Amino acid sequence: MKQRTIFAAIVMTMASITATTSMARESIEVVGSSTVYPFSTVVAERYGRASGKATPKIESTGSGGGMKLFCSGVGTNYPDITNSSRRIKSSEFKKCQANGVTDVIEVQIGYDGIVIANSVTAPVMELSRKDLFLALAAKVPGVLEGELIENPYTTWQQVNPALPDTAIEVLGPPPTSGTRDAFAELGLEGGCKQIPWIKAMKKTDKNAYKDICHTIREDGRYIEAGENDNLIVQKLQANPAALGVFGFSFLDQNADKVQGTNIESVPPTFDSIADKSYPISRPLFFYVKKAHVGVVPGIEGYLREFTSERAWGEDGYLAEKGMIPLPIDERRVMGKNTRALTPMTGSEALH
Amino acid sequence: MSKPVDHLNKIKHSLRRRNRAEARFRWYGRVAVFIGLAAVAVLFGDIISKGHGAFQATYINLSVAYNQDLIGVDNLTDPDELAMGNWQALPKAALRAQFPEVSGRSDKRKLSGLLSSGAGYDLKDRLLANPLLLGETESIWLLADDDIDTYYKSWLAGDAYAARLTDKQIIWIEQLHQQGQIRLQLNTNLFTRGDSREPEQAGIRGAVMGSLLTLVLTLMLSFPIGVSAAIYLEEFAPKNRWTDFIEVNINNLAAVPSIIFGLLGLAIFINFFHVPRSVPIVGGLVLTLMTLPTIIITSRAAIKSVPPSIRQAALGMGASKYQTVLHHVLPLALPGMLTGAIIGMAQALGETAPLLMIGMVAFIVDIPGSFTDPATVLPVQIFLWADSPERAFIEKTSAAIMVLLTFLIIMNTSAVWLRKRLERRW
Repeated sequence: MKQRTIFAAIVMTMASITATTSMARESIEVVGSSTVYPFSTVVAERYGRASGKATPKIESTGSGGGMKLFCSGVGTNYPDITNSSRRIKSSEFKKCQANGVTDVIEVQIGYDGIVIANSVTAPVMELSRKDLFLALAAKVPGVLEGELIENPYTTWQQVNPALPDTAIEVLGPPPTSGTRDAFAELGLEGGCKQIPWIKAMKKTDKNAYKDICHTIREDGRYIEAGENDNLIVQKLQANPAALGVFGFSFLDQNADKVQGTNIESVPPTFDSIADKSYPISRPLFFYVKKAHVGVVPGIEGYLREFTSERAWGEDGYLAEKGMIPLPIDERRVMGKNTRALTPMTGSEALH
Repeated sequence: MSKPVDHLNKIKHSLRRRNRAEARFRWYGRVAVFIGLAAVAVLFGDIISKGHGAFQATYINLSVAYNQDLIGVDNLTDPDELAMGNWQALPKAALRAQFPEVSGRSDKRKLSGLLSSGAGYDLKDRLLANPLLLGETESIWLLADDDIDTYYKSWLAGDAYAARLTDKQIIWIEQLHQQGQIRLQLNTNLFTRGDSREPEQAGIRGAVMGSLLTLVLTLMLSFPIGVSAAIYLEEFAPKNRWTDFIEVNINNLAAVPSIIFGLLGLAIFINFFHVPRSVPIVGGLVLTLMTLPTIIITSRAAIKSVPPSIRQAALGMGASKYQTVLHHVLPLALPGMLTGAIIGMAQALGETAPLLMIGMVAFIVDIPGSFTDPATVLPVQIFLWADSPERAFIEKTSAAIMVLLTFLIIMNTSAVWLRKRLERRW
């Protein structure tokens, strides 16, 4: 008798599991970039509280991981939205199409700028991305073509005679940080590929190319200052000879203590990042599966909240969390297209 | 041939040496125990000293006018209208009424920054619960922003952390303090709310419920399966190469790193059976796989410890093998099995790695109510908070660790208690 009840209980549990798995989903599922994660979580939370509906669930899987999940198929077992700190690649778009994810709505939400700053008591630095690469990479080109040597430079003047004769000392985030990845990708690699023979390697040996361009020196010239950008600001204030690497929002909030370095003569400002003239910035996106709109409740409401002025506007709560908004005209167009659920045509110039 | 006196001397000599060796050995043991206890004390001391502050939150007393025009809501029963209501206007208006001299856009924003961004929604919930308040004014304690909370707590402790505030905000707080309009209260949000990006609104209820749902499922699945497997292997299975092979494999599984069970869960449950991601069902299934070996091994040990004389007596009285096992062996082995199950559950409660692959490491605000709601678990919540940039999350993290440790201590104590209480010795 007793074990019959136990057996029945097991069967019931199994049955209930299979029964419930086929049920429709009540809440939106978002995956993707860890850079966009802090912004989308705020929007999700505000949307949930304001609407009284289920709050979207957000997983930080990285842009690539998110895109893979997103493009796996249509249906409630697959995520509805993926965040991305880069534009969708054409290979990913094709994979989406192949798996039946034909209508994808692309939403650019703003920018993420990375600044190199020093104390306001020191003169403003003028650097190029090539200077950054030569000063901070672990290995730099030697005299011979194709030769790599351990980074020998100790002062900025050795890197570029036009620069001051001060020691290279850069405080920046540790390898676990997304800011560090973006800095390596946009700052260092930007300078690295100006050297022809390294650029040629990109086609022949991509891993070696990345290794050269993204590896930061570890001999104490680049100082890992922890994830806390506020701490870097404080250290720069105490040491006018040092430079620091952090997100634009910290420069914006500490303008009385630190100033941004001009990169290729462009100062990091709200406008220069937004109009892309400042080179170390990247656009932030999310992608929506149109087939899920109306199937999973709340997607339209979430999109409306995200594209509202109180969220992504200049004084919106996302700007307060450190995102650089799109220019007002682009916001209007993007917001209108998003709310009208206009999908990508497939003729966009994707990489 | 040696003389007897020599032996005596030898023994006397060696006796002293042997006694000394034993005394030394005891001291090694004591030192080892002391190091262990000291490590625990340092851990607990550090966590408690960092986390105790999170059990209190700063509240600001303001008189709030539930002004219909301000909110822009006529009908409190229309959900669409409620969703569009300008609820943030209520705390903002209350703050401006408190500090009428504040002017200028940036100062006004700083003033609004005294209160949590959730204060408006708290007032919405209150208004919905008491619709008669519409149009009335009442004095109410509202949740302060996390920066204010951090500053006020550090200021009370005599070591003010003002880096995140402006001078004006500090003056406002001092004014409120002099008028008794700011105080620390028990932080009920910590126990009643789910996760939030605003530290002052973040709570562990969602994670605790997620852990509970996941563990209930794990126990429901792994205990019957584990015990059945153990009984069969111990009592019925023939001893041959196959059962040896199975035994080696079970022991092996118990030592497999937990992330591998997560990968297995992803491949089997999510990709093949299409169980949704991030729900307690899939978490429970993965943790079942992980705890099964532990339960099987402890259950087999419990069955083995039942003396053969009991079985022989039962068989001698004419009981069948099935009756012997079910009526005599199982009841005697059950306390040991339960202890094993509790230890397995305690292990499952502390796991994060296998859950990473199946989507339970996620930002989830709503409190899960069933096995199919998206959920996260306590250790994952700790991980997510520890990773958050906001300073106020430091104490939240430690507070969540304290709650997790409390659960673990309760589970392990009950395992010890059960063993002491029910175990029979032969």
